[in-house]
Amino acid sequence: MPESNQRRHIRGTQGDHMTTPLLSIKGLTKAYPGVVANDDVSFDIGPSEVHALLGENGAGKSTLVKMIYGLVKPDSGQMLWQGTPFTPSDPKTARASGVAMVFQHFSLFDALKVSENVALGMENPPPMRDLARQIRRVSETYGLPLDPNRTVGDLSAGERQRVEIIRCLLQDPKLLIMDEPTSVLTPQEVEILFKTLNKLRDEGTSILYISHKLEEIRKLCDHATILRLGKNVGECIPAETSARDMAEMMVGDTLQTPTRTTEQTGDVVLDVSGLTLEPTNPFGTTLKNVHFTVRAGEILGIGGVAGNGQDELLAALSGESLTWPDAVKVKGQDVANLGPNARRERGILCAPEERLGHAAAPDMSLTENALLTGSIREGLTNRGFVNWTAANDFAKSIIERFDVRTPGTHVAARALSGGNLQKFVIGREVLQRPEVLVVNQPTWGVDAAAAAAIRQSLLDLAAEGAAIVVISQDLDELMEISDRFGALNEGRLSDIRPAAGLTVDEIGLMMGGAHGMEVASVGDQEQEGASA
Amino acid sequence: MIALQKRPTPSRALSLATPLIAVLITMIAGGLLFAVLGENPFEAIRTIFWDPVFGEFAFYYRPQLLVKAAPLILIAIGLSLGFKAGIWNIGAEGQYIMGAIVGAGVGLAFYPTESRLVLPLMILAGAFGGWVWAMIPAFLKVRFGTNEILVSLMLVYVAEQFLASMSLGLLRNPEGMGFPGSRNFSDYPAANSWINEAAGLHWGMAFAFIAVIFAYVLLNRHILGFNIRLTGDSPHAARFAGVNPTRLILFCLGTSGALAGMAGLFEVSGPSGQINIDFASGYGFTAIIVAFLGRLHPVGILLAALLMALTYVGGDLAQGNLGLPSAAIQVFQGMLLFFLLALDLLTNYRVVLKKRGAA
Repeated sequence: MPESNQRRHIRGTQGDHMTTPLLSIKGLTKAYPGVVANDDVSFDIGPSEVHALLGENGAGKSTLVKMIYGLVKPDSGQMLWQGTPFTPSDPKTARASGVAMVFQHFSLFDALKVSENVALGMENPPPMRDLARQIRRVSETYGLPLDPNRTVGDLSAGERQRVEIIRCLLQDPKLLIMDEPTSVLTPQEVEILFKTLNKLRDEGTSILYISHKLEEIRKLCDHATILRLGKNVGECIPAETSARDMAEMMVGDTLQTPTRTTEQTGDVVLDVSGLTLEPTNPFGTTLKNVHFTVRAGEILGIGGVAGNGQDELLAALSGESLTWPDAVKVKGQDVANLGPNARRERGILCAPEERLGHAAAPDMSLTENALLTGSIREGLTNRGFVNWTAANDFAKSIIERFDVRTPGTHVAARALSGGNLQKFVIGREVLQRPEVLVVNQPTWGVDAAAAAAIRQSLLDLAAEGAAIVVISQDLDELMEISDRFGALNEGRLSDIRPAAGLTVDEIGLMMGGAHGMEVASVGDQEQEGASA
Repeated sequence: MIALQKRPTPSRALSLATPLIAVLITMIAGGLLFAVLGENPFEAIRTIFWDPVFGEFAFYYRPQLLVKAAPLILIAIGLSLGFKAGIWNIGAEGQYIMGAIVGAGVGLAFYPTESRLVLPLMILAGAFGGWVWAMIPAFLKVRFGTNEILVSLMLVYVAEQFLASMSLGLLRNPEGMGFPGSRNFSDYPAANSWINEAAGLHWGMAFAFIAVIFAYVLLNRHILGFNIRLTGDSPHAARFAGVNPTRLILFCLGTSGALAGMAGLFEVSGPSGQINIDFASGYGFTAIIVAFLGRLHPVGILLAALLMALTYVGGDLAQGNLGLPSAAIQVFQGMLLFFLLALDLLTNYRVVLKKRGAA
């Protein structure tokens, strides 16, 4: 159980090589109306240390780093920076002390060049030519290849992250905070990032690394602080702790691993061929000649870095975007020119990524949200008139069968927690007995217990003979539940391969590898790493 | 320091109470305004809000309330459907005028035929006129993505010019000695919309009641009403639910146009009596206030329209008895909408006092 681990690795272990911690956090507390985001959190970050901050969504990681970065003021508690009190009133003062932060969501201007974007984030930017030279120097030193003259709009997500990192490094930070940096990277890009971070650490920069990905933390971090519901529930040395133990500390419970009952598959139910689609919004991704088939009882996992066509693929399957004839067929029937409800009638149901505002209407009750997709297959309307009793019963059965924690069906969707609403959204589609179910990011931002329940329900549905497409950026999840795997990269879908036996490297290459340009520098890095 | 904080769930009680609070604050602010103008504020408020309903001459003013409320209800019900879906028809005034012109035109074409069919035909024609006028912004929006607020509003001014041209030209009374304005419908029984003039009842009131019931059933019992509310709450989710945004825009703008057109027809064939240069009375704009004051709810709109009618009738009374300027009553109505919108903030946010530096 978590207790024993906590005790075993508490503090001390880091003591011998450090005298004064770089940043010492003592009893930080921050409450928002209705929720205590951080409750008496204390830990130290030593010099030259990669310190992991581990916790589920909503555990209070973001609030904590916002306090360190001066974006949020703590209600009580204090921070010591190299032994002296540290109370940043805004990010500017925090930066002046040597704190830099790479956010999960980038703050870059697409239309500007890399160097211009970097200049915008600096207090006193040097002249452009000097800055470009500095960017080149830093990018070469740390294995972050980047051309200062390229336009940010043309860069991949990994390259954009590099812009942010370089912007931070130009300020010579003593503490670099990274918020979920690998969520936008392919495995190959993660490797490169880790080499950079290791080099930084060796040169004396401390890194506060926020993540919920345990294997990464085990590989990279020297120490880990684990948050649960705003409290520090333990510390450990990740290399010496199993991922399972850390997960259980993070969740505070034993985890159920989803299980499959049957392995047999039937006929092809969903047949997508030659699907090419222009995006509806100007920043979308064009789908290019996407091909795949899914058989009854089979789960197809579609991976890929965010923004490579996932939303567009879901829209093309749900009927929100119409496509050329014969691009989408269900049981041999062409549905490409049918809207969402006509497709539902034919058995193809979808659960989009964005729960509030796409899958569910925020201010409407759960009954109304049950009607939102259930009206056709559940027969909730009669000649256009809504049978509210039936809709309410349907909502109730979703709540019961999928363990949605809510006071009742009258509650507005936005009042539910992310995990509960996601269970409701998935449950709503699963209970309609789909022939084909397409889900995008089924467990995004969902706590581990709810995620396990959702994955299990998908496996059960497949066992009952439905064809399932799971689009996700969580590779562990896809490997856990998919029979076959493909990856989206810039709107193209890779060849579909059996999931069993795929290596991380192969998956990474299917996702687009390290996006071309940095292959050479990986070599350089490795040489540097070897000599260091 | 005062700060606004979003409520986790909007306060339902407050949402229902805001119209009443807004009316109260308007009375107070209006009273202050009248005091500045040199009138006794209590007398002014009493004249506007009390006398028309309970005063000495209430028997005369009460029917007036119905006459004023009927077009407001009809127009506001139509507007509320679009407003709920986030489709902003601001040009009901123009649709009201066009409905009146087309409906009256049909009626006058039959003059002096006495037939039971004339009025129903005129009603259809009036609805059609308003519908066509609303279809212009609707079509431009779905085809070219133009902003329906601007287009519908600008078409009001086109409609006003058209009204002037009709009163002076095509529809001018041939026996009117060259004065502007059409034949008066009070001289044409078959085309007259009065049921009982003394009681203030014309067919517009009947249709207003039908519209209230229709809208209530539509919004609460029918999938189309659900789709309207869904689109207003979350357009993206509505698309996912299979709502066709184009059809919804056409339906909402079309319905509000048709209802506004009908309101215009009932007005021209009853209380107003003729198409004339000064026919436009601002009902189309006041109905926007009515729709919001009634919380976009059909029954709320019914009550709000009666209240707004009261400010019209009471305003006239105050103008006559106390010599208040006619603009004062428009200021009064404007204040009502202003306070209502300001108070609406409180249903979604709460005001908190924060210690300095804790932000």
